[in-house]
Amino acid sequence: MSAAATKKAPEKSSKATAKNIVQKIWDAHVVKQLDGHPCVFAIDLMLLHEVTSAQAFQLIESRNIEVFDPSRLLATIDHSTPTRQNRWEIYDEAARTQVETLRNNCKKHNIPFLDFDSGKQGIVHVVGPELGVTQPGMTIVCGDSHTSTHGAFGALAFGVGTSEVAHVMATGCLLQKKPQTMRVEFKGRFKKGVYAKDAILKLIGEIGVGGANGHVIEYVGEAVRAMSMEERMTVCNMSIECGARAGLIAPDEVTFKYLKGRAHAPSAEKWDEAVAFWSSFASDEDSNFDKSVTIDLDKLEPIVTWGTNPAQNVGLSERIPKLDTLVDNERAVAVRALEYTKLKEQQTLEGTPVEWAFVGSCTNGRIEDLRIVANVLKGRKVNQNVTMYVVPGSEAVMKQCQDEGLVDIFREAGADFRMPGCSMCLAMNDDQVPPGKRCISSSNRNFVGRQGPESITHLASPATVAASAIAGCIKSPAEYV
Amino acid sequence: MHKVVTVKSKAMPLPMKDVDTDLIIPAQFLTSISKDGYGANLFRRMRDNDANFPMNRKEFDGATILVTDSNFGCGSSREHAVWALTGAGFKVVIAKSFSDIFYNNSAKNALLLVILPDKVVDQILEASKGADYEVTVNLETQTVTLPDGTEHKFEYDQFRKHCMLNGLDDIEYIRSHAADIQEFRTRQEQNRYMSTRGA
Ligand code: SF4
Repeated sequence: MSAAATKKAPEKSSKATAKNIVQKIWDAHVVKQLDGHPCVFAIDLMLLHEVTSAQAFQLIESRNIEVFDPSRLLATIDHSTPTRQNRWEIYDEAARTQVETLRNNCKKHNIPFLDFDSGKQGIVHVVGPELGVTQPGMTIVCGDSHTSTHGAFGALAFGVGTSEVAHVMATGCLLQKKPQTMRVEFKGRFKKGVYAKDAILKLIGEIGVGGANGHVIEYVGEAVRAMSMEERMTVCNMSIECGARAGLIAPDEVTFKYLKGRAHAPSAEKWDEAVAFWSSFASDEDSNFDKSVTIDLDKLEPIVTWGTNPAQNVGLSERIPKLDTLVDNERAVAVRALEYTKLKEQQTLEGTPVEWAFVGSCTNGRIEDLRIVANVLKGRKVNQNVTMYVVPGSEAVMKQCQDEGLVDIFREAGADFRMPGCSMCLAMNDDQVPPGKRCISSSNRNFVGRQGPESITHLASPATVAASAIAGCIKSPAEYV
Repeated sequence: MHKVVTVKSKAMPLPMKDVDTDLIIPAQFLTSISKDGYGANLFRRMRDNDANFPMNRKEFDGATILVTDSNFGCGSSREHAVWALTGAGFKVVIAKSFSDIFYNNSAKNALLLVILPDKVVDQILEASKGADYEVTVNLETQTVTLPDGTEHKFEYDQFRKHCMLNGLDDIEYIRSHAADIQEFRTRQEQNRYMSTRGA
C-alpha cells in the first residue's frame, strides 16, 4: 500500500510485541519481503465483476499465464446490468459485451460465476458475506473501492485497479507496502432515527475526504460491538470515502453467529477450530495505532450531505457552513459544490424538495436496510412528486423481501421495487437521475454527475431517504420510526 | 510497459482539490473491454460545461504534464482513470498529494506521479495559466525544473523507479518468487476455511 498521500510516520512499537489486528493479518500474509522492495503479499479471495476484469483476463492470456487458483475467485455481474424485470436482455451493446465477456472468461478459466437467476447474483460486496466466503483474518481484494465492506468480518479487504486484478489472477499475490493504522472509536448509543450510516458520514465529515489516506482503520468501541453485521458493513463500506485503504472490525460472537451455516462457511467439524483461529486476530490490548479518533454517538442526529463529496455533510438541525469560516482550499471546493447542488451557505437542509429517492447499493441495500425502509413506508404513500427506487443488493435479499411481505409494502406505497444490482449508485445502466433533478440516496458517493449527468445527490441513511420520499423534501425520520 | 525517463512539456493547470475518478472519467464511459479509447472522454463533464477548461483551449494542445491540487484521483478505484489520462497523452501528474489506489494504478501504466510541496505546486498552478510554462520532469534525478531554472527534488520509491526506468511490471517480479508462493500456500492450507468451489 502506498503511503504516497500522507506524510511518513516513524514505525512504532518495534520493541513492543503487542500487535493490532491489521498488523496480525499483515504478518500472516507476507510471502516474501526483500529489503527495499515491496512485499509479495498473499490474497485469499478476489471478487470479480464485469467492469474491471476484462482487461485483466486479456493481460494474463496475452502472456499465456493460467489462473493461479480459481477456488479463491468468485465472480458476479452488478455494475452495468439492468434492474428491470426482463434483464437478461441488455439493450446497451457495450454493457452486454462486458457481461458476456465475464461469463465466457469465467467458463474458460473455471471461475465460479453467479449469473442472473442463480439465486446468488448481486452486488459483489453483498454476495460475498451472504455466501460466507468473507471470513475473519482473510485478505480480500476486488476491482472496486468499496471492497472495504468485507472488513466488517475482521478481514483486510481493499480495492485494487485492473492491473492488480491481473496480478492476483496470475499469482494469488500482490506487491504491497505495509499500511499505517488508525483507530476510530464510536462511543455511546444511537438516538431514535439515527443509524450506522449517520455515524460513518459523521466520521468522514470530521476528518475529511483525505483524512485517513494511507491508513487502515480499525473501528472499536461499545457502539461497534452493539452493531449487527449489516450495520458494521455499512460503516466499513464507506471507509474509502475518508481516504482509508480499508476499514475493519475485530470478529466476535456477532460475526460468528452471522457466518454459521452459510453456504461457504466452515463445516460443523471444522467450526470450533475456525472460530479459535479467527479469534486470534483481535488486536492485542496495548497495541499501537498511528492515528486515533473518537466519535460520540450520543449527540449524533441524522446526517445528510449538501455538497459534492461525502465529507460535505451536516446534521439535520445544523446549517451548511458559512463560507468564510472555511480554510482557503476548502472554501473553493465548497463554493463549487454549492453552485452545483444549488444550495446556499448557512441554509438548513430539511425542507429542500427532492424529486428522486434511491434505496440500495453495497452501503445500504441489505435486508435490514430494506426492513427499516418498509417500516417507514408502511401505510404511507411516496409523495406524488417523488420517484422512488428500491433496489435490493442481491437476489437473496430480493427473495427475503418477497418472503417477508416487504415487496407489497413498497408497491402499495408507490415505490418501484427493482431487480438487484448497483443501479443508481453509479448510474452505469439506465437507472439515472435526470439532469438537474435532486435525489436523496442511501448510496455512498455524491460526486458531480455520479447518479447521472447534472444530477444532484444527497447521501443519507435508508430511514432518512424513506422519510424524505414520503414528505417530498429532505426530512428527519425521527417521527416515522 | 514503456520506459519513463524525462518529460518536458508545457504544464496544464487544474487548480482543484479532491478531483475524483468519476470526474476524470465518468462511469457512463467505462463500458469498453479494452484499455483503449478512454482518452477521448478524459474530464468529459468539465470539458462539456466549461469552454475555458484548459483541454478546450488550443494553447494547451500537446501538454503532457498535468498540475493539480491535493488528493487527486480519490473515489472509485477504476484504472480507467489512468487509461484516460495516458490515452489523452499525459505522462506526468504533479500534485500536493494523491489517493492511494490511484497512485498504485498509475505506477502500473507508466504514468509518473510527482508530489511537490504545497507552495511549489501553487506556484506552478498560477504560472501555467497562460499555457506557456514549460516544465521538465526527470525521474532519474528525481527533479522538476521550472522555466526560471529552479530545481525541485521529489521523493520516489526506489523499487518503483527501477521498474519505471526499465519498463518492468509487477507480474514478472511476483512470478520470480513462485517457489516462495508455493511454500506459503502449502503452509497456509491448515488454516484454510474458505473455498468458492461450488458457488
Ligand atoms: S453499489 Fe455502488 S459503490 Fe457498491 S459496488 Fe456497486 S457501484 Fe460500487
